[in-house]
Amino acid sequence: MRPLFIILFLAVTASSVLAQKDIQKKIQTQFIDAANGSVIEIPEGHFTLDASLWLDGKKDVVIKGAGQDKTVLSFLGQISGAEGIKVTNATNITIQDLTVQNTKGDGVKTQLVEGITFQNVKAEWTNNGKAENGGYGLYPVQCTNVLIDHCSAVGASDAGIYVGQSKNIIVRNSKAYMNVAGIEIENSWYADVYENEAFNNTGGILVFDLPDLIQKEGGYVRVFKNYVHDNNHINFAPKANTVGKVPQGTGLMVLATRHVELFDNRIINNITVGTAVVSYYITENPINDKSYKPYPSDIFIHDNEYERPNVKATSKGRMGKLFKYKLRFGKNVPHILYDGIEDSNNKNRNICIRNNKNESFVNIDAGNKFKNKSRDIKAYDCEQSPITPVVLSSVN
Amino acid sequence: MKILVGLGMLVSLFSFISLKENNTFQRKDKLSEYGFFSGNLASLNPAEGILIYNLNTPLFSNYAEKLRFIKLPQGSSAQYNDSVTFEFPIGTVFIKNFYYPFDFRKPEKGRVILETRLLVHEEEGWTAYPYIWNEEQTEAIYDPAGETKSISYIDAAGKKITTPYVIPNKNQCKGCHIRNQVMVPIGPSARQLNRDIKYENKTENQLKHWVESGRLSGVPDVNAIPKLAVWNEQASGTLNNRARAYLDANCGHCHNRLGPASTSGLFLDITEKDPAHLGVNKSPVAAGRGAGEFQFDIVPGQPHKSILVFRMNTNDPAIAMPEIGREQIHKEGLALIEEWIRKNDFN
Repeated sequence: MRPLFIILFLAVTASSVLAQKDIQKKIQTQFIDAANGSVIEIPEGHFTLDASLWLDGKKDVVIKGAGQDKTVLSFLGQISGAEGIKVTNATNITIQDLTVQNTKGDGVKTQLVEGITFQNVKAEWTNNGKAENGGYGLYPVQCTNVLIDHCSAVGASDAGIYVGQSKNIIVRNSKAYMNVAGIEIENSWYADVYENEAFNNTGGILVFDLPDLIQKEGGYVRVFKNYVHDNNHINFAPKANTVGKVPQGTGLMVLATRHVELFDNRIINNITVGTAVVSYYITENPINDKSYKPYPSDIFIHDNEYERPNVKATSKGRMGKLFKYKLRFGKNVPHILYDGIEDSNNKNRNICIRNNKNESFVNIDAGNKFKNKSRDIKAYDCEQSPITPVVLSSVN
Repeated sequence: MKILVGLGMLVSLFSFISLKENNTFQRKDKLSEYGFFSGNLASLNPAEGILIYNLNTPLFSNYAEKLRFIKLPQGSSAQYNDSVTFEFPIGTVFIKNFYYPFDFRKPEKGRVILETRLLVHEEEGWTAYPYIWNEEQTEAIYDPAGETKSISYIDAAGKKITTPYVIPNKNQCKGCHIRNQVMVPIGPSARQLNRDIKYENKTENQLKHWVESGRLSGVPDVNAIPKLAVWNEQASGTLNNRARAYLDANCGHCHNRLGPASTSGLFLDITEKDPAHLGVNKSPVAAGRGAGEFQFDIVPGQPHKSILVFRMNTNDPAIAMPEIGREQIHKEGLALIEEWIRKNDFN
């Protein structure tokens, strides 16, 4: 009886290995041959792939799994290509109803796509977040009309859901946890980030403008109705990375971006800062890009709810040392922090803070060795016209 | 009856001639159907009109060796320029065969051919067609999906090597073969072709041979033709020449101002003169994990603090450079770049 069992077992294992190679070839061939306007269906099942799947130069194509937990593409042991799924130079693409796991690099990267929708897609690393994990889970870059809806990102060593150098963006109804940054909007124009949950990240939601990129700046970003809680994960980003500087316990952070409205968020149990508004100088990186604008301005923080536990801020990392040795709040850590570094070309930075529940504030006077740090919020009690909601246009 | 047969033969002869002169490329499912090679397909014996060529410093492809051929349409020639690949007429086909000798020390023992890549100049532009060889080495079949194979061979030092070998899929061709958003050949440029090679009857400079066989026009005086050093031939150039040749061939097709890596600001093609853009004390822009723990692309005098070396010295697909085309580290190329970073005067 036993030899028969062994033979059967070997036969099944061998055939499943062959089947995996077949599936890889089948899907990649579909990606290459897909006619514009077609639907590429990936069947239900758990598949191990060793190479990236790349869709290039297509129009009006849908990549559809059988369900987020039903179609699982695992890239553990991947030897070719950094991403799981890559889409480039395309128009009107939808990726839906599948999970991409354990890629060497980014989970799903879409670049130079006009009209990209991620619907019910999960990108995850299943090792609880490590520096060797890929950088981004869902990564549209240099795209327009981006919709990320009902998606999840878990375990990324940079940002779970990251939209970079793009225009017209909506990120909603999504979850990001166990990443260094949960959700990040970087150097992008016109973004609405709402009704998401960002928890157990190092930093929940980041809105950044960084130097040395092709799209030099961004702005007009609304972050609202999000539940941003318990973002106290250790920062496991690789050392030289900018996101490696975000301190454990960060709820929302705005770095250098202009025209940002943060409202109606519940920012709960982030031990270091509920909402930080800082310039690029806080990173202590040199700025070589002559056209870069490092100072945030036109920031409107209103109607958020803040809560934090009665503990000290983090002492980990460079920023942690700042809190421990220079700021020394003890357990009385303010929810909203502004670095106070002045822009000699613009005295009125138009930072308004109003009507937040449990509001507390500090200007840490970082440009002046923290000498005149102040919790006086009066100068920031103002309002601004709300930013216009994002409207995604469908591309013809 | 005889007249009919005669007429029939004339008609078919006429059609045959027309087909031969027809430049419209028709992709075949099997490599043998093109008639590029005479005799046994695996001997890669070029048929009439198919010309072998090679390059001063070729791309490293996982230690695979390559046999390159060009087919120009009858009576046509390429147009010379001194900086990028020549202007090749519609109908040109490049044929690149990748193989491993069983034993690198003893090529006479035979080889296994893994893939043949065609790059064809069609009406709408260049198109890539990948073919995968069967185990029996009797045929190669068109396969746009690519494949991962495991290959074993004895290397030049007598050591047995087993490595994965990734045959790229059709989309990946564009990953490197692109300039200004358009698909292009990479190898056949003046500086790469300017060398002596052994033809059937004699050894001759390739460009001279191309001109004399009517394949190349517009060539200036031989002294005005640029020549790339051979990366591993000391006599062919200084350390700087050879390192720059290596970077040009392995990196420059992406890392140039018009290539897919233009957003990095790191330019490694032969024309780059600015040390900052060459990577000296340059911080990466969006390398992510690729930068490791290092701050600068090139730290003069310190190869092991330089990101260039870090990315050449790994197989991790999220870090390794080049992104496509190698599954092993090129030990000898790495040694050249390390030496260059250590000794070169970058000012």
